[in-house]
Formats: sequence, structure tokens, C-alpha cells
Amino acid sequence: MGLLTVSPSPHIRSAMTTQKIMLMVVLALVPAIISGTIFFGPRALFLVVFCAVVSMFTELVCRALMKKEGTISDGSAMLTGVLLALNLPVTLPLWQAAIGCIFAIAVVKQLFGGLGCNFANPAITGRIFLLLSVGSDMTAWVKPFYYLDAPALGLFETTGSQALDGLTGATPLASGDAGLMELFIGNVGGSIGETSALAILIGGIFLIAAKLIHPSTPAAYLGSLAALTFVQVLVTGGEMTEVLYALLSGGVMLGAFFMATDYVTTPITVKGKIIFGIGCGILTFVIREFASMPEGCSFSILLMNLLTPYIDKFTRTTPVGAKKEKKEAAK
Amino acid sequence: MRKLGGIKLSHHKNTENCKSVSLPLPAKVRIPMSMHIGAPCEPLVKKGDTVTVGQKIGDTEAFMSAPIHSSVSGKVTAIADYRLSNGRTCKIVEIQTDGEQSVCPDVKPPEVNDKAGFLKAVRESGLVGMGGASFPAHVKLAPKQEVDTLCINAAECEPYITSDYRQMVEAPEEVIDGVLQVMKYLSIPKCVIGIESNKPEAIRILTEKAKAHSGITVHTLPCTYPQGAEKVLIYNTLGRIVMEGQLPADQGAIVMNVSSVAFISRYLKTGMPMISRMVTVDGDDVIGKRCNAVVPVGTPVKDVLAFAECDMERAERLLYGGPMMGVSISDAEDPVIKANNAILAFKKFPSKEASQKASACIHCGRCISACPLNLMPPDICRAYAAKDTDSLNKLKVMLCMNCGCCTYACPAKRPVAETNQFAKVLVMAEGKK
Repeated sequence: MGLLTVSPSPHIRSAMTTQKIMLMVVLALVPAIISGTIFFGPRALFLVVFCAVVSMFTELVCRALMKKEGTISDGSAMLTGVLLALNLPVTLPLWQAAIGCIFAIAVVKQLFGGLGCNFANPAITGRIFLLLSVGSDMTAWVKPFYYLDAPALGLFETTGSQALDGLTGATPLASGDAGLMELFIGNVGGSIGETSALAILIGGIFLIAAKLIHPSTPAAYLGSLAALTFVQVLVTGGEMTEVLYALLSGGVMLGAFFMATDYVTTPITVKGKIIFGIGCGILTFVIREFASMPEGCSFSILLMNLLTPYIDKFTRTTPVGAKKEKKEAAK
Repeated sequence: MRKLGGIKLSHHKNTENCKSVSLPLPAKVRIPMSMHIGAPCEPLVKKGDTVTVGQKIGDTEAFMSAPIHSSVSGKVTAIADYRLSNGRTCKIVEIQTDGEQSVCPDVKPPEVNDKAGFLKAVRESGLVGMGGASFPAHVKLAPKQEVDTLCINAAECEPYITSDYRQMVEAPEEVIDGVLQVMKYLSIPKCVIGIESNKPEAIRILTEKAKAHSGITVHTLPCTYPQGAEKVLIYNTLGRIVMEGQLPADQGAIVMNVSSVAFISRYLKTGMPMISRMVTVDGDDVIGKRCNAVVPVGTPVKDVLAFAECDMERAERLLYGGPMMGVSISDAEDPVIKANNAILAFKKFPSKEASQKASACIHCGRCISACPLNLMPPDICRAYAAKDTDSLNKLKVMLCMNCGCCTYACPAKRPVAETNQFAKVLVMAEGKK
């Protein structure tokens, strides 16, 4: 008989792994990728694959430079790439998309220590970085199915939106003139993965059903945004459909289900998640209404990312059987 | 009422229909002088002595202890030092069996008329908690506090183990009689027997038997590990919270393992002290004949495994107890002890995920939802890394009972519960300063 192996208990582990979680989130994004490809043409799919590859390559290089163990296999870099791509307009030149990915992975994630240590969502921060650096290309929104009427943009096109003069227009969030059904299906201008609420909902419900995300975050986010819009409608006397319009337009759906639910950069307890979601809802509303830019989803999530450590600190669980702290007992 | 619970596990109760069988008498037994929490016993025999079945071979003056009896008849061949799984050492008595199994003349039913007599008998029986914690029963049964409920732990929430279940279905009358004896001598009016819902047969039989006696109820527990953890069991059956630093008796409850009460019933009738117990022998395909064996205390693990036709060439991991809280066996010569409800053998890790390397914490919160007591392992881990005992105390790390749910649930395969144990050691060391 050989030597026996010993280890501390427990001796069994669940089948869930970090890699499985990441791959399942990518799987949940497949409906949004499909809808993006239908509405914005094959270049949308190409951009998703391109961003995933660039992100993974960046991760590989970073880890090698830092002489740390490779982490590509955990799938988190791929997920960041896919999420970032879904937040880009289909016409964005590849080099710009690549810079966004490199920024997200190298600066936001790896410089802070890699997976689990980054304080901000890499995909969101990458998108904001691009928005601030190449603003005009990041806000050139082609109309859905443009590629059927005009010669489609080449996969490796570098000129960006200039090549598509006359085919671009404002997003429904800015123009406010799209039909609710169009918005729900996603048949409107916008980023690749954010236009179809239906596709995002399918993915989001999958994540909730598979217990990968807790429904409290999207519920708190969308709920608070809806509530604020509702109050606004009451005050200004608009139509109630504006509440739905606020939820379905812009990047809120994608943000609420896929960005505000990122494990690393959002609170860990349910109570914390609710506070985080409500914070995102309020900030999104405020930015949309009062700031100089039309969309506030990314900024609201980034700002709440920064507050996450504090939310975590103040929303700790109460252990069963814990005696109250002396301070509270004195009250 | 929301039930406390941790995680859903595969039950692997492969041996639930394996009737208990007696293990053939081993050639020799090695009986450690510490099979309980508390002071180790001193050997009462010396090398060359002849001993008989049930003869007391170890005892001590200390209150927190339990005497030790010989499980065989034969000759003491050695008294040596033995390293226990907790790292401490004690004496171990090695006995060569003579095959006669002649019973010690001291073995006769004890005379019990009152509480003091009952407690004395329980002490003399050598009974310790048979569920795994091995707390001396006579200490547990003599609380200073007023107790109104006897809580019987029949959850058997660990995967694989079925020895408690077999006790319940093979000899339910022993369980009920043991409960009645404890209730009678300790003047406890109520008893709740908590059984996990995956044992419908045991629930049915005991509910049936309990009908004739007022005060005894059977409570079906959900199948979420760890239902058998004392605090979880008390909350889920009685709705009472055992606060930090408290014992169950502070909440008016005494918790006893179901096999322990059945033993009390047998002991009061026969006077045969605790010299054998039922052990579930199971594992993966290295086990040829899984079974529930009645094993003399002190039998080498390898004899038990040989009986179960274990392929020792391929077995790489042996466990005392279940896969969640069981202790690794480092040497197959080690003996079966009183609290040993199962011996499991695996060729590798019982689950392949357990062999994965730990990766970074992704802050997913699965450990927090898995913790039956709502502790926050990620914060504990951070405070431990910073050696911050103030924070560790605020995070109530001392409440951690090492049930292992957090480690089980962690997708990054981090040693979460293990870190909690290190943190507890740190807090205790700080407290001693």
C-alpha cells in the first residue's frame, strides 16, 4: 500500500468553478450578440470576437510581464472583451476597440492585481475611456439593418463613421421618438448589445435562474430608475409610457443585468446589492436629466463601484447567535 | 420560520439498506486512552496483564473525561505513546486477542434509582457523544441550568454515513427507551427527535413508536447540510438561538446523538460498556463490499477496510467520518474510536474539484450564503491576513464551527473554512496574552 494523502476537511467541493461562472455569463450574452449581429450586420459579431481575443492576449502579456501565473483559462478576460464589444457602436475602428480592451485589461484589471482585485468594472471603464478619448466615433450610431441598404462597412475598416455619412442618427434615448416595441426588440440605433431588451432579458433571466446573479441588483436598479421617472412624469405631466421608455432605451438593461452584477466590483451581501442598485438608478436618472451627456448608465455604475467597499463595510451580515456590540447594547 | 442551513449535498447514502453485521474479531486491538474531549485517561493495566471484555482499562479523576474499557479478551502486549488526530499524544493500550471473548465479571446491569445514580452509570459506561464530537455524556447530562427539552440529533447530514439510520430502523425501541430513560432521570418533560427528510423510513418508524409516549415528537428537517450541527438543530427544531459563548443548556436544551441514547438503553439493560459501535464503511469503487459493521473499539482501520474488501493498493485517501467534517487517516493501522461513525476510502479526492488549485477570490458571496450562521468568510480572510484580531472578533470568527460549507461552495476552490480555523487559533492566542 502506498502512502495515504491527508488534508483538512471538507474533502469535497461543489462542481461550480470560476471558469464555469465566466463561461456561463458569456453564454448568457449570446442572445445579445445574436440580436446585435442581426441588427448591425456581421461586423458586430466580428467586433465581439476581436475584443475577446485582444482582451485575452492582453491578459496573457500582462501576466507574463508580471511573472505571474497565467489566468486566461478563468475566462474573465474573454468576458470583459465580450462585454466591452457589446457596449461599442458597430462602426468603431478596430484599433480603437483594441485600445479599449487593452485599457480595460492592463490598466483597470491587471495593474490592480488581476481578477478579484480591481475596484472598477473593466468593461465599463474601458467604454468610458473610449467615450472620453474618441467621443465622435463612440457616438456614431448607425440605423439597424443599414448593411442591407448600403455597402456594409468592411471588417477591418479604419475610417469609422465617416464612411457611413447619412446612415447614422441619434439613439432613441437622445431623440425620444422610437416605438416601445422597437425598443423592446432592439430595432433601433445604439451599441451592439444594448439595444435589444428582449435579448438581454433572456440572458438575465438565465443568470438569475442559474443562481449566478441575485435578482436584487437589477430589480433595485431598474425599479429605482422607474420610480424616479414615474415621479418626474407626475410632476411634469407627461405620459406613463415614458417610464418604460426610460428603462428600455440606452444601456440600462445591459448595465443592470450584466455590469451592475459583476461580482468583483459590486457589494457582496443582498442588502448591499440593493443599495448599489438604487444608487445606480438615482445616478443614471440624474445624469440623464441634468448632465451634459445623454446616457449615464456607465458613469453611474463606475461611481457606485467606487462606493462598493464602503457599502460592503456597512452591510455586513449579523451572525446567528452574535451578541450585539457594546455600543448598541448601551442604547 | 426560516430554517438555518448551508448547502445541498449529494447524499451518497449507498449503505442505507446494508443491515449491520459484526466484524470478525481482529487479531489485536489498540485502544487510545483519549477518545473524548477532556482529560485523557491513565491506563489501569500494564504489559502482560490479561484482560476481559468490558473490563475497565483506563480512567482518571478528572470530571471532564470518560473511562475506557477493553473491547476484547486477551493479553496486553504493549502500552505506547499515540498521536491523536488533533496533534496531542496519549497512551495507547495494545491487546492481543485470545478469541475467547470472555466477559468481565464486573459487567452487570447497573442499579439506577435516581438522577445521581443515572449519571454515575452513564459515566461508568464510558459513553461519549457518538455523532463525532465525543463529548463525555455524563458531563452533558448534568447541566446546572434548567432544561426542558431533550433534542435528539438523528439528522445524519453528512454524505455516505448511515450508521445512525440503521440504528433507527433496526432497533427503534432502543432509541425510544433511551430517550425515556434520560427524560425520566433528568426530569425533562419534552423530547424532539430531528431527522432529515431523506430518511422517510426512520421518520415513519420513530413517529409510530413515539405515539405511545407523550412528550416525544419527531421533527422532519430539511436536507440542507449541516442540520446535525448543534446550533442549527436547536434552532430548526425548537426555534431557539444558542448565543455565542452559550451551551445548549443555556437555552434549555440538551442535544444527544441518536446512537448515544440507544446505547444508554442497552447499557442500563446489560451493563456492557462502550466497547463497540456501528461504523459505515463506504467510499468510491475501491470499496468492494460497502457495509455497516459493528466494530470493537480499537480495531485497526485496515481490518475494517479488509472486511469491506477495500483495494488497499488503490486507496489513497481514508477518512474517519463523513467527507464534510471527517478527519483524514494518516495510517491504516490507526484504531476505530468511540465517536467514529464511518470509515470512508477513496482512490483520490472524493470530488475531482477538490484537487483544483485555489485561485483569486472573485467576491461572489457564495461562502456567505452557504454559511449556516451568516458569517462573512471573505472579511475574515482579509482580517486574518492583516492579523487584525479586533476585526476578527467583530466578525465573530469564534462562532465558526468548521462545517465546511464555505469551502465547499467556493468556485475559486479557496481554503475558506481552513482559513477560519487559522483565524480562530490567532484569536485564541491573542486572548491568552
